[in-house]
Amino acid sequence: MKKFYTLTILCLGTLPVFAQDKETGGSVLTNPGVMITIILILLPLLFVVYLVTVKISRLTKTIRQSKIKVDAKQLASDLHEVSSEELLLEVAKRKQALNFSLSDHELTGNLKPEDTKGMINNPVSVDSPRFFASKKKYVKRPEIDPALTKLILWYLGTATFYLVLGTTVGEYLGIKFSAPDIDHVPWLSFGRLRPVHTNMVFWGWSSLAMIGLGYYVVPIVSNTPLASIKRGWYGLVLINAAVILGTYSLMAGVNNGGGEYREYIWPIMLLFALGLGVTLLNYLQTIAKRKTKEIYLSNWYIVSAVMFTIVIALVGYLPFWQNGLGETIAQGYYMHQAVGMWFMLFNLGLIYYFLPQQLNTPIYSYSLGILAFWSQILFYTLIGSHHFIFSAIPWWLQTVAIIGSMGMLIPVAAGTTNFLMTFRSSWHKIGSSYTLPFYLVGIIFYFTGSYQGTAEAFRTSNLYWHFTDFTVAHSHITMYGIIAFMLWAGIYTLVPRLTNKEPRQGLVGAHFWLAFLGILFYAVPLMIGATLKGQLWIDGKPFIDGVVLMAPYWLWRAIGGSLMWFSHLIFAYNLYTMVHKKQEADLKTAVFEELKKIPDTSNI
Amino acid sequence: MEIYNNHKILYIAALSLFVGLTLFAAVIPAYEVDQTTVPLPKSQPLSNDATLGKAVFIREGCVACHSQQVRNVDMDKMWGNRPSIAADYARLTRTDVWRNTASLMGSERTGPDLTNIGSRQPSIDWNFLHLYNPRSVVSASVMPAYPWLFEEKEYPYPEDIVVNVPDEFKKGVTGKIVATADARHLVAFLQSLKQVDLPDGKPVPIFLNTNAASAKAEPAGTTSKLNTELDGKALYAQNCQACHQENGQGLVGAFPPLKDSKVVADQNPEVHFTIIMNGYNGRVSEGYGVMPPVGTNNNLKPEEIAAIMNYERTSWGNKGRKVTVTEIKEMFNKTKTAKTSK
Repeated sequence: MKKFYTLTILCLGTLPVFAQDKETGGSVLTNPGVMITIILILLPLLFVVYLVTVKISRLTKTIRQSKIKVDAKQLASDLHEVSSEELLLEVAKRKQALNFSLSDHELTGNLKPEDTKGMINNPVSVDSPRFFASKKKYVKRPEIDPALTKLILWYLGTATFYLVLGTTVGEYLGIKFSAPDIDHVPWLSFGRLRPVHTNMVFWGWSSLAMIGLGYYVVPIVSNTPLASIKRGWYGLVLINAAVILGTYSLMAGVNNGGGEYREYIWPIMLLFALGLGVTLLNYLQTIAKRKTKEIYLSNWYIVSAVMFTIVIALVGYLPFWQNGLGETIAQGYYMHQAVGMWFMLFNLGLIYYFLPQQLNTPIYSYSLGILAFWSQILFYTLIGSHHFIFSAIPWWLQTVAIIGSMGMLIPVAAGTTNFLMTFRSSWHKIGSSYTLPFYLVGIIFYFTGSYQGTAEAFRTSNLYWHFTDFTVAHSHITMYGIIAFMLWAGIYTLVPRLTNKEPRQGLVGAHFWLAFLGILFYAVPLMIGATLKGQLWIDGKPFIDGVVLMAPYWLWRAIGGSLMWFSHLIFAYNLYTMVHKKQEADLKTAVFEELKKIPDTSNI
Repeated sequence: MEIYNNHKILYIAALSLFVGLTLFAAVIPAYEVDQTTVPLPKSQPLSNDATLGKAVFIREGCVACHSQQVRNVDMDKMWGNRPSIAADYARLTRTDVWRNTASLMGSERTGPDLTNIGSRQPSIDWNFLHLYNPRSVVSASVMPAYPWLFEEKEYPYPEDIVVNVPDEFKKGVTGKIVATADARHLVAFLQSLKQVDLPDGKPVPIFLNTNAASAKAEPAGTTSKLNTELDGKALYAQNCQACHQENGQGLVGAFPPLKDSKVVADQNPEVHFTIIMNGYNGRVSEGYGVMPPVGTNNNLKPEEIAAIMNYERTSWGNKGRKVTVTEIKEMFNKTKTAKTSK
């Protein structure tokens, strides 16, 4: 965490320096969008200030106490000097009284301790020097149907494959900003690879991982087995087919016309939609035969996400309203709903199960979760057009989108409060867990990233940031900082339970820190550079000046991207060890295995 | 409450709310625009070549970096004469049965906006060179090169378009570099991108003056000298540099140098001015491209032209006489009246 704070301070340090270079620097800083972003960055800093204050007050306390000690010494020596027989006797008596203590055997007697009811479990002893704090092991859960385990692992495995491949493409694209002549191969050119990257990490990595985790959460909170495992496999094949065919066609130069995340042509996206259809059916049927009376909140979010996404795909791909500017209105709606109603809603559903489960405490407030659910639908559905502020689409529609973006303050505040309050009195668990840091980062980015989205939607911030790399930074903060971190949290929580195998904790830590520092190195320089570039554009400077200005920031982005990419390799290896690692010989387990073979004598 | 326990009620309620809002914020406005907007009277459908070129534009994913929308804010003035309106996009329909409408409005400006590129950069030679390798004409560019839109020929046919690529960008190519049909179509498409004038009498939408802060600061912060004399270097970079280069030396075999140019150094600025306003094709026989009427295309004001001319006359060792704004205004009005009388 310390590194994070230093980094924030460094970035804060650079921002005003750059801004002061400009004649109109003051106007950047008074822009509400910029101000909100700075406040968001300041929040952790204020927390540091608070911590320092606490430390200082402790220090003063210690100093005051040391003074008391000195006084006490003085008093004791004074007593010694004026001692009389009577006084000494009094003091000795008092000393004896003060020294009285219990013998620790008043209640137990002198019998040896014994755990007759098997209450003590899983004791751990450390017998080697520790360089890293060792984390708690996963807690064994009741056996899961091996057929379901296999299905989930396939979902997660293919998702991880697309994560590694998709971000390799992304990393290569980032390098192309610094070395545009690195290759001259049509299939690898920037314009074709960019949608390959975005679509692969969307529909390949994030979607498959989410649905896979959903196959665990939906039945378990319904307290009933999954309706059909076979249908789960159909979904897996359909979505994989969509991603593979889509990638191939984009590289070959066949795309739908360039709307972001809508680049796959309809026959390919149809496969994806069918995959969602069978998944929806599967989830719904499982919930219909649930053994709990209520429908747990997770299933509100997860099923709605799948239902809504089918609607979104229809609105985006049906041709009846797509001529002229109609295409743009549909595009604004489609691209933003795909992000917020598919990835965000589904992930919130997963977190509402996994987070309380990992903290071993109920969710703070069920009602806040419900408030967030309805307000998200109410406001989020409206905000698509905020990607086209000042464009030729109707002005009222742009205004509705901006108001909707402000409305998002409600569900995001409700959600973040709910998660952080669930963490309350469990903060100490973060240090001893290898999954909880992922949850925490995901939640913090959920707050920061979502509010940044609101700040970007204002008309004034659009002047600075629209069309610049700020958008790229924002989409990575959200899709990576929120979604990917939450998915990793879920995967590291779930897979050891399915397979009874754990990753090496040091490597999970390496994955976490590389990904976390990577996204900061990626996003912060891009945000600073993009703001300066926006200012150049406003000042009417030649366009190429902005390109020259961005060069160092693009380089930083490539460096951050490399860290992120490397962390994915580690993650892939971690997943491999969780699935395929040979069990290490462990004395304890072996002994218990042997003990199991001895006939149970308790009934005799 | 029943909604907590009955999955049918819960999911139907959520879906209805979502679909209702979707109709309100997306489907109905989109459908309305789709049905009601008609193309501007002066707009023309794309030619066959340009249609094929648009397919290349889509195939290569150019929209990832190039927008095609002029927003109604001050800072977008450099991309067009007026803000884009819905009617500008009214001709766009579904590409084919497999592919959606390509409005290509874009969401990033990693590269310049292309709404009016046909007017802003009409030089065909520049476009081919730029596509073959953007860095051959704009050294700081990060745009990908598209050498696969060109082929190598030892003996090109007379009707072939030969591109004079500077040696350092040829990379082992020994023959002539010739534009393929794809490249020709793509350039035809780029040339077709021009803002159409609104019908006479229709009010032109205005650019919002969003730069209030700097507008306020100007009278106080700038001297009277700065007020009358614009930044010639920046204007040169925006309007001329792509061909004549930052160092004023042009590109051998494509764009003539302005450094040590007789026209630029001439005491009488009339030829210099006329070339900027009307273009020039007098040096094609030497292998140089045709100069488009940049001043007219980009709607440059007399003050801006004077600033550009003075920059050219006093940079890179040129020692021409500085022109005055009044002088240029006079010539400017003359050309204008000459044009309208035609």
